[in-house]
Amino acid sequence: MTPPAETMDQERQTGEAKDAGETREMNMIEAINSALDNMLERDDDVILLGEDIGYFGGVFRCTAGLQEKYGKTRVFDTPISECGIIGVAVGMGAYGLRPVPEIQFADYIYPGLDQLISEAARLRYRSAAEFTAPMTVRSPFGGGIFGGQTHSQSPESIFTHVSGLKTVIPSTPYDAKGLLISCIEDNDPVIFFEPKRIYNGPFDGYYDKPAKSWKGFDEAQVPEGHYRIPLGKARTVREGDAMTILAYGTMVHVVESVTRSKGVNAEILDLRTLVPLDIEAIEESVRKTGRCMIVHEATRTSGFGSELSALVQERCFYHLEAPIERVTGFDTPYPHSLEWAYFPGPVRIGEAIDKLLQD
Amino acid sequence: MADGSDDKGSNRPKLALHVPEPRYRPGDTVDFSHIPISEPGAQPRPDEAAEAQETFPLCNDLIRVLGEDNAAHGPWDPRLDAETLRGMLREMALVRAFDNRMYRAQRQGKTSFYMKCTGEEATSVCATHALAGDDMIFPSYRQQGCLIARGYELTEMINQIYSNKADKLKGRQLPIMYCSKRLSFFSISGNLATQLPQATGFAMASASKGDSRIAATWVGEGSTAEGDFHSALTFATVYNAPVIFNVINNQWAISSFSGFAGAERATFAARAIGYGMAGLRVDGNDPLAVFAAERWAADRARANAGPTLIEHFTYRAEGHSTSDDPSAYRSAEERTEWPLGDPIMRLKNHLIQLGEWSEEQQEAMDKELDEHVRASMKQAEKNGILGHGLHHPFHTMFEDVFEELPWHLEEQAEQAIRERKIKFPEGRPE
Repeated sequence: MTPPAETMDQERQTGEAKDAGETREMNMIEAINSALDNMLERDDDVILLGEDIGYFGGVFRCTAGLQEKYGKTRVFDTPISECGIIGVAVGMGAYGLRPVPEIQFADYIYPGLDQLISEAARLRYRSAAEFTAPMTVRSPFGGGIFGGQTHSQSPESIFTHVSGLKTVIPSTPYDAKGLLISCIEDNDPVIFFEPKRIYNGPFDGYYDKPAKSWKGFDEAQVPEGHYRIPLGKARTVREGDAMTILAYGTMVHVVESVTRSKGVNAEILDLRTLVPLDIEAIEESVRKTGRCMIVHEATRTSGFGSELSALVQERCFYHLEAPIERVTGFDTPYPHSLEWAYFPGPVRIGEAIDKLLQD
Repeated sequence: MADGSDDKGSNRPKLALHVPEPRYRPGDTVDFSHIPISEPGAQPRPDEAAEAQETFPLCNDLIRVLGEDNAAHGPWDPRLDAETLRGMLREMALVRAFDNRMYRAQRQGKTSFYMKCTGEEATSVCATHALAGDDMIFPSYRQQGCLIARGYELTEMINQIYSNKADKLKGRQLPIMYCSKRLSFFSISGNLATQLPQATGFAMASASKGDSRIAATWVGEGSTAEGDFHSALTFATVYNAPVIFNVINNQWAISSFSGFAGAERATFAARAIGYGMAGLRVDGNDPLAVFAAERWAADRARANAGPTLIEHFTYRAEGHSTSDDPSAYRSAEERTEWPLGDPIMRLKNHLIQLGEWSEEQQEAMDKELDEHVRASMKQAEKNGILGHGLHHPFHTMFEDVFEELPWHLEEQAEQAIRERKIKFPEGRPE
C-alpha cells in the first residue's frame, strides 16, 4: 500500500525527520525498539518497566536488547500487577522520571484503570500542575492474531472518554517511532496502543492470503536517529474526492486495500492521535468530499466512531450528502474461532462503501 | 439443589456465612479489656538492618514507651530532648485546635466538608518528625498533622478548605485534599490506597537515581483491603524499595469496623510477614513509640535495608467526616473507654513528669494556638469562603487537564464563559 511518492515527502515534512540519521528498513517492532533506544540514550530520566520486558525483551520483542544496553535499573521486569505497574509509574513521575510502562496486552490494562483514570490523568489538574504524570503506557492491542477475547480487544474509547489522557495509535513503522518519541517527550500521560496485527507487516484484510512483511514498503524506511511526529496531527494516506474515510491502526491498511480494489477515489485519513484529535483535517476533508465513513475494529456501541460521527455531524452537516457510515467490530467479545466474522473486513467495508455512494 | 432445598442423601454439614459484627453498638456498655495491652518498654528493638523476620514477633505485639507513670521505658525510648518533645506537643495541639475551628467553620456553612483527626495526631505529627524534611510523604486524607509538622501555613490550608480565590489548587479539590510540593507532601486523592504504589514508585525512582530521599505513605486500616495495598507491598519487597507504609488502624472505616478489613483474623502489621517485609505494631497514641518506630523504619530504608509496614493502633475519636454521625453505628462509650488514652495528654504528662512543662503552660499554649487559628481564618476569609463568588476565573477550570489546552477544551471554556455572561449580564456582584 505504498502511497504516491509526493504524499510521503509531504508527510515527512510534517514530522521532524531531517537530521535523523541513516534510514533502515524496520518493521513496527524494530521501529518501536529504536524509539525506546533513542529516548533511553537521550534522557536519563526515561525508564522502561513491564512484565517480561527486561532480560527477555518483551513477548513481542519490542524491548529486545535494551536491558543489556542500559542496565537493569532502567529497563526491568515487574510483578504481574497492572495496578502496581501504573501506580509506581505515577510515583516515578512525581519524582521526576519519565516512565514508559508496558502493559503486555491491552486486554490486561483494566486492573490498572484506577491508577490511570483517577491518578495519572488527574494529577496535573488536582495539584494545579505541582505534580504531573509524564508517562507513556505502551500496549499491543487489536485482533487478527487468533488471540481470543483476552488478547484481541481494542479498548481505546475507554481512554478517550477520560479527561486528562491522550490516546495515540500508529499504523506504520515510521509513524510508530516518531509518534512514540513525541509521546515519551510529552508531559502528560499518554496511552500508546500498538496494533499488533501489523507489527510484522501491513494487513489488507484478506486473512486467507499469505501474510505480508514490511519489506519493501516506504513506511518501513525508518531513520535510526531521533525524530518526532507531532501529536494531534492526522496523516492523509491518500487523497480523493468520493468520500472521506476516517481510520486508525490496522484498519488504515484494510480500508486502503478495499478502496483500491473497488476503484473508489476515497480520501483516507489516518487519525494517528484520537485525543487530541485533528478536527481541522477531518472537517476539511469531509467538506470537500461530502461523504464520511468511519472504520474501527473496536465494538460499535460507544466506540470512538460514535464520537467521530457526532463531531462530523455537528460541524459538517450542511456539507454532507449522505448519512455517515460506521464500520466496526460487533458488540460481542472477540471470539476465537469466529475471529474473522467479528473483524470489520473487506466485505463489511465494501458494503458500507456501496451504501455511502448510493445514498 | 441450587436453592438448598434438596439435600437428601447428603451428609455434608451446612455451610454458614460469617459476617463480622463489632462488639458494641449505640447504647452498649463498652469493655475493652479483651484488647491486649503490652507492658511499656517490654518490646525488644532489633537493629535497623536486621533481617525482616526478626521483626515478626513485633507484628503481634504492641510497641509502647510511655507508661502509666508518664515516664519513658525500654529500648524504643527515642531519648528526644525536651525542646523536640515540646515541639511535637505544640504541633499536635495546633492540629487539634485547627480541627475544632474548621469543624465549626463547616457547620457555619463556610465550606462543604471537613475531616478531623482527633486522637490520631501522633500518627502524623510524630511520624513526620522522624523523617527528613525532604522525604516524600504520600498521605491519605487524615494527615493534616504531617503538613502542620512541616510548618505549612494555616492560611494556605484554610484557603484550600474554602476553595477560595487564593486556594493554590484553584478550587478543584474537595476540602482537606492538600498538596505541597515545596514540603514534599504529595497531592491527596479521594480514591483510597492509590498512594501506596505511588509511594513505592517514588522510592524506586529515588533508589534508581542513587538519591537519599525515602518515601513514607499513610493509609487507613479499612483501605488495606484494596488491591493497591497488595501491589504496593509486592513491588516494595521485590525491589527492596526505601518506603514506609503507615497503616493507621483507628478501628473504624466510616461505619465499618476493622473486622471488615480482616482484623478478626490477624493484625494489620502481620500483613508484612507474608511479604517478608519488616513489620512493627505500635501504640499509635504513644507519641514516643510512634516517633521511635518511624525513625527505625526511616533509618532502615535509608540504609538500603528495605521497606517497613507499621501498624499504628489508635482510635478515631470523632466521626469519619462532617458528613458522618458515628452515634448511628457505634457506642459513644468507646471513645472514653479507649485503653490507650489521648496522645496529647500523654505527651503533656510526660513533659510535666520530666519537669519540662506545666498545666499553666499548656493552658497558655492552647489559648495562643486557638488565637493563631482564628487569626489565620480571618486572614483566609478575606479571600472568600465557598460559594461566595471569590473563586478562580472560569477559564482555570479548563487549565491543567493537559499541559496545553486542546481545541475541544478551548471551545468548552468559551461556552462556560458565555453561559456566565448570559446568567449575569451585568456582571456578577462579588
